[in-house]
Amino acid sequence: MPEMSYAQALNDALGQALANDPKVLVMGEDIGHHGGVFAVTKGLLERFGPKRVIDTPISESGFLGAAIGAATVGYRPVVELMWVDFAMVAMDPIVNQAAKTSYMSDGRVKVPLVIRTQQGAGRGNGAQHSQSLETMFAQVPGLKVAAPFEPADAKGMLMAAVEDDGPVIFLEHKLLYTRKGDVPGGRHVVPLGKAKVSRLGQDVTLVGLSRMVELAETAAKELSRQGVEAEVIDLRCLVPLDIETIRVSLQKTGRVVLVQEAHRSFGWAAEVSARLMEDSFDDLKAPVRRITSEDVPFPYNQRLEASVMPSVPKVVAAALSLCQDY
Amino acid sequence: MGEQDWRVGALSEMYRIRAFEEQSADFYRQGLLGGSLHLGIGQEAVAVGAVGALRSADQVTMTYRGRGQALAKGVSAAAMFAEMLGRSTGTSHGKGGPMHIYSPEAGAMGTNAIVAAGIPIAAGLALAAQLDESDRVVMTFFGDGAVNQGAFHEAMNLAAIWKLPLVLICENNLYSEMTPIREMVVQDDLADRAKAYAIPAAVVDGNDVVVVRQAAEEAVQRARSGQGPTFLECKTYRLVGHMLGDPEVYRTRDEVERWAANGPLVRLEASLVRDGRLTAKACEEMQAAAREEIQAAAAQALAEPEPDVAQALTHVF
Repeated sequence: MPEMSYAQALNDALGQALANDPKVLVMGEDIGHHGGVFAVTKGLLERFGPKRVIDTPISESGFLGAAIGAATVGYRPVVELMWVDFAMVAMDPIVNQAAKTSYMSDGRVKVPLVIRTQQGAGRGNGAQHSQSLETMFAQVPGLKVAAPFEPADAKGMLMAAVEDDGPVIFLEHKLLYTRKGDVPGGRHVVPLGKAKVSRLGQDVTLVGLSRMVELAETAAKELSRQGVEAEVIDLRCLVPLDIETIRVSLQKTGRVVLVQEAHRSFGWAAEVSARLMEDSFDDLKAPVRRITSEDVPFPYNQRLEASVMPSVPKVVAAALSLCQDY
Repeated sequence: MGEQDWRVGALSEMYRIRAFEEQSADFYRQGLLGGSLHLGIGQEAVAVGAVGALRSADQVTMTYRGRGQALAKGVSAAAMFAEMLGRSTGTSHGKGGPMHIYSPEAGAMGTNAIVAAGIPIAAGLALAAQLDESDRVVMTFFGDGAVNQGAFHEAMNLAAIWKLPLVLICENNLYSEMTPIREMVVQDDLADRAKAYAIPAAVVDGNDVVVVRQAAEEAVQRARSGQGPTFLECKTYRLVGHMLGDPEVYRTRDEVERWAANGPLVRLEASLVRDGRLTAKACEEMQAAAREEIQAAAAQALAEPEPDVAQALTHVF
């Protein structure tokens, strides 16, 4: 299996999708000639031409609406929003149009649209370029929400998203683009809505999404040195949410730490916590713990930024206290 | 364009739309509809004139006031009534409602409850037509209020840079919801906005189905032959409130009556009678026939069952 970076894996998925299906389009700002600000669409314009790889003006609301229109008549646009923060000027096409068209037409009009974007803090990008907004989308019925961590999943989940007949919000992480991993060649599809156990352990379960899986895995190594074996789950998707994989792990460990990069309040960790309370109460030996970013905009200064974000020591401390106190 | 023939058909279609809207109001007053109801009474010439220039494979996007345009495009009256009544045989099996009419087989790609939201979607439908290398044309209807939305401007620019086969029909009924449009823009003619995007534009009397049709034919021809988008401002007037129950504090009864006397049906009837094409009696008979057809569609819809409650959970994705 070839080793690729996360960005190369995504590029490979887009190339495969464009080659396999003439209805696939790639659209967005600076994605053609420039190849995308994170190089995810590099070389696609040269390979597939300007009818398939379409540079757009800086008009997120306009070109997302247009992508929806094209999708309703059989195209499969994969639209890049350069930063997730830019989705905020295009919430109407995402929330009122793409998410609801299938339902409002009772399945007579489908919107096979992928909105690729990147999010996350830790790069000193300041408050308007560092958010993790997955829950905003996950709260809207009709949108699937995927956030891969491993390069192989980035490829496989993007291919699944392109083949999906409804809108998928595909959240990449700006600090994962250079992450390397083995990536299967050719058609590689990882179904949406299936979490992955990336490390086995019996003392505590650490659940992360996107880059937070990296923190959980690093924390698990540290915990192991201290005699605690953590199981690590890469959630991979918020919608559909694979609560079952977490429940099964919890039956073994009885303890869970949820590691969420988004702000603390009303995030996915709160939802997962509530579901475990409702459905797995008897399996819980200890309260569910959340390690999240603080409820403040992300500060520019990187020491300040790091201070409000989840970190390995915070995850380790939470896991140890659960194991020691309960 | 065979004017002698098509004007009679246009009058008949305008009668159908008027009857449909009046029947809708009856349903609303009887408490049979949920939510709000926005009628296009007085704007029938725009729907019939503009849609009359299209082929069946062409597509339209519309607004929450757009059921008349959907009817003109060939959507079934009975299925639309059933949708409004929340019945299982409705265009969306009762899950969309009056503001969400989809009938892709008729080329009706959605009415929309968000002002201007249908315009970028229409641009995308036009992009698809262009990528398909088909000669399909897309027409998007929107009101005067929509020209102050960002989505309108973004879509105008996309249509211009990509030279899309798109016809933009602005129904200027003088009021953006409950506020005079003249207080919300500085131009007298909204068509002036098209200049900023180098899109050919025209201002037409939207209560005269003949001029609407002529302008639409030119715009459709331009789009179909690869010459890009056209903006048409159709000046018209909504003879009823923004929605049923609107107290209409923003205008006088006098003003409404003046426009009613100059309404699109009255004018077309008068010109057809003057030209010796129809007698007043023939007009009455046509109108009665349209009412009868629409009432039959309404009765059919009323007899249809409601959807099973389990349907509430389907087709989410």
